[in-house]
Amino acid sequence: MLEQQLVNGVVLGATYALFALGFTLMFGVMGVINLTYGVYFAVGAFAALWTTQALGLPIAAAVVVGALIAGVLAVAIDTLLLTRLRKAKAPELASLMVTLGATLFLYAGMAASLGTEIRRFPAAVFDGGAYSLGEVRVGATQILIFAAALVLVVALMALVRGSRIGLAIRAVAENPDAAALMGIDGALMLRVVSFLSGAIGGAAGVLVGLNFNAIQPFMGEHMMLRGFAVIIVGGLGDLRGALLAGLLLGLAEVLTAAYLSSTLKDMIAFGLLVATLWFRPMGLFGRAAAKRA
Amino acid sequence: MWEALDDFYWTYQSLIHAIGVNGILALSVYVVLAVGQLSLGQAAFMGVGAYTGALLTVKFGTPFAVSMIAAAAVPALLALVVGGPTLRLTGVYLAIATIGLGEITHIVLLNWDYAGGALGLSGIPERGGVWAIYGTLAVLLVGFTLVARSRVGRAMEAMREDEAAAGVMGVNLPRYRMTALVVSAAMAGIAGCLSAHVSSFIGPGEYGFESAVRILSYALLGGIGSPVAPVLGAAILTLLPEVLRPLADFRLMVNGLIIVLAVLFMPRGILPWRIARTG
Repeated sequence: MLEQQLVNGVVLGATYALFALGFTLMFGVMGVINLTYGVYFAVGAFAALWTTQALGLPIAAAVVVGALIAGVLAVAIDTLLLTRLRKAKAPELASLMVTLGATLFLYAGMAASLGTEIRRFPAAVFDGGAYSLGEVRVGATQILIFAAALVLVVALMALVRGSRIGLAIRAVAENPDAAALMGIDGALMLRVVSFLSGAIGGAAGVLVGLNFNAIQPFMGEHMMLRGFAVIIVGGLGDLRGALLAGLLLGLAEVLTAAYLSSTLKDMIAFGLLVATLWFRPMGLFGRAAAKRA
Repeated sequence: MWEALDDFYWTYQSLIHAIGVNGILALSVYVVLAVGQLSLGQAAFMGVGAYTGALLTVKFGTPFAVSMIAAAAVPALLALVVGGPTLRLTGVYLAIATIGLGEITHIVLLNWDYAGGALGLSGIPERGGVWAIYGTLAVLLVGFTLVARSRVGRAMEAMREDEAAAGVMGVNLPRYRMTALVVSAAMAGIAGCLSAHVSSFIGPGEYGFESAVRILSYALLGGIGSPVAPVLGAAILTLLPEVLRPLADFRLMVNGLIIVLAVLFMPRGILPWRIARTG
């Protein structure tokens, strides 16, 4: 049984890691906790639902569509709400509050127009069957979820760490003014980052929606608790930390649900968050950040 | 004359209660904002206070005063555990930890069978009532006005405008933040306890994410220049849903929109005047 739970835990952890990666990328570059991130998650899932139900396309296409729509929405919201505050050099809590208001606005709008009942993917999506390795059963959907998460994580890390665009993004994150002097179009880079994180959030929404086969407007809100836990445990803005913390959280939740209780499962994320704040506030790989005036 | 007033009270009873309770909640979020921090756990603190008070009254038959004290103490303790470690870090950490607290409170209340689980807790006897609610609100308003006019108020404003400068001038930042958070949690708990004892029923759904955002929007609409401003914001936003009834399900979107517009276009709220100092 343990092996089976480990497999389930790794699949879940991969989706958490993917979700947190987009969130922490956004914070790392923009310096703003963008609470609308949970909305992109739900929007991606709904877009995928529409792609598979109304258009009858395969789930792989749904991941792409979900990511694209969520990414475009993220760019639109960032341009509409945060550009003005960025120009005025508003305090970070002002930006956080704006995204909070926008989050309620968007959730309430989605709930009012789409309804709050739980929706499910068409059965055809899960037709891949399952593979058995001794006692352990691995569903084709699980393999797809894990592979998609892995590909996206590797692609994003390669982009940020190993390309010219990634270099420009890191430069903007480090010091926007100096980056502008080096000829980097800061506003463009922020749009690229918004799109990337929104798309990753949307893709994570599709994959998590697929994993639990339950989609509803507020799914992003429940996921944000995990998102917060993962980025705090991993260290704010630390991509590597977010990956590891995401995997850890997925494993911990599955093992708790299997061996202790399923109510306790939901507490794990918050417990880890508070414990990290008490004992290791800079995150797993923490480097203490000095605060300057 | 008195008869007409009586009629008015009975017709709009729950609305009158709500305005007072929300005024206290608005003050509770004001205390934290006034030191330049952001707590999104006010709904959770309120819920914990409401359940603590109601459980004591219903299951143990304690006097109302005891329920109230417990309803203030338990959220304050929770604030200490969850918020304590974040107060030496930047404001983002407190915001994140308190959002997390809101989610987890909701989950715990939903699954806690002793307190009724998803069905909530009903049959709470009526205690306190309108006098207790408005008495508490008045005492808090006077208290915070005195604080805002004093040396402490000056220190709080300095923190809000420029933390580093305030720290250098000798303001003990972590202690101010901690005190503000604990006081704020206790106030939200009291508000929860008062509202539980006039509505006879409480359920986990009342203290979720929407409520947390709603409470914050009171202070953002009113502004935090003086303690009166958030209370006024609460009154407006409590009456607003009655006016917006035709919008039905889309009503909640208005609160979100108000926060966005308030932060972008009116960062000082609709009552921007600052209070005169004595200290």
